[in-house]
Amino acid sequence: MTAGFSRSARSPCTRAFEEARTVDPRRGGAPDDPGRRETPAREAHRAIEAIWRIESARLIARLARLVGDIGTAEELAQDALVAALEQWPISGVPERPGPWLMATAKHRATDLIRRRKTLGQKYEQLGRAIEREQEGTDLDTAIDEDFGDDLLGLMFMACHPVLSKDARVALTLRVLGGLTTDEIARAFLVPVSRIAQRIVRAKRTLAEAHVRFEVPRDSDRAARLASVLEMIYLIFNEGYSATAGEDWVRPALCEDAMRLGRILAELAPLESEVHGLIALI
Amino acid sequence: MRVLILAKEGERSETATPPTAEAMAAHQKFNEELVKAGVVVGSGRLSPSSQGKRVQFDGKKRRVIDGPFAESKELVAGYWLWQVRSIDEALEWLKRAPYDGGIFEVREVPMHEGV
Repeated sequence: MTAGFSRSARSPCTRAFEEARTVDPRRGGAPDDPGRRETPAREAHRAIEAIWRIESARLIARLARLVGDIGTAEELAQDALVAALEQWPISGVPERPGPWLMATAKHRATDLIRRRKTLGQKYEQLGRAIEREQEGTDLDTAIDEDFGDDLLGLMFMACHPVLSKDARVALTLRVLGGLTTDEIARAFLVPVSRIAQRIVRAKRTLAEAHVRFEVPRDSDRAARLASVLEMIYLIFNEGYSATAGEDWVRPALCEDAMRLGRILAELAPLESEVHGLIALI
Repeated sequence: MRVLILAKEGERSETATPPTAEAMAAHQKFNEELVKAGVVVGSGRLSPSSQGKRVQFDGKKRRVIDGPFAESKELVAGYWLWQVRSIDEALEWLKRAPYDGGIFEVREVPMHEGV
């Protein structure tokens, strides 16, 4: 599905962030040197990083619904981020950064569809995009506007049972938690290359299994939901078992798990199992 | 990390005039967005300080002081407890709030052990 894109596992935005970064990303604060002033470019990078934390999941979710594929959606979202990293330090952060990123990503999506090699592929993509748009508006017009169903769909997709537990965890933290591959690797104490591979393979598995972007209903829903809950619990447990250590990255996984749990509870409020899990963690 | 957002709205939090329906809707929309992003851990709105009390400690002595309190600029009108990844994220969220007055203070709630 990602033909036309070939990227190293560590995306340009990851590298750009890391170059701009002198303090730990989750601590976020300025270095403890009151005499030092931040350059405007560095300030813009910090703002962009924070905006990315807020926008990335929604961006990827909406794009995944449009193109039907997480890998492509993430590439498009990151293209928009790279554009922001290039332009915002010069032009300033736009007043509504979310819509700016979305418009840029959709623009790239159009380019991508044009670049698709065969007409057949092109029509397939367009057809899917249109089909998804209609589905979205028909089913849940009210919450569709604020990305609710998109996020839920992305969560179900990233936690699809065709994926191993490890793959679900890594992919979810990446696309919904907004963590970089490096951060995930540090949190799980494994080499970056292994996490990068896990994510690449997970995306490929989803594409090859033709996993649909959808919010499962009826009989399928309980099993799919269990798969999501298990992922949240695994992330929490990994963080919880590390709370005694010096490292703050691993305990932060507990916060990530709780945040994912709260999102799920808000988006699927009628599922008692979700509330049960949140109470447990 | 957890941060406490203290809403210091100045005089307006001391008067009983309710916000306009428009302002209320804008606030609600913003709050819903926060909740859907899993950011909100807790929140609350406080009554005017005229209904508040203070207890002053001085050695063994305790003195109860009735509201309203004078330093209206520093009075807290409401609060949010947020879970975010950085102060920067909190600032980006806060900047999006649909308010046209007041000062909102962001303070980290450090956690020393466990979660």
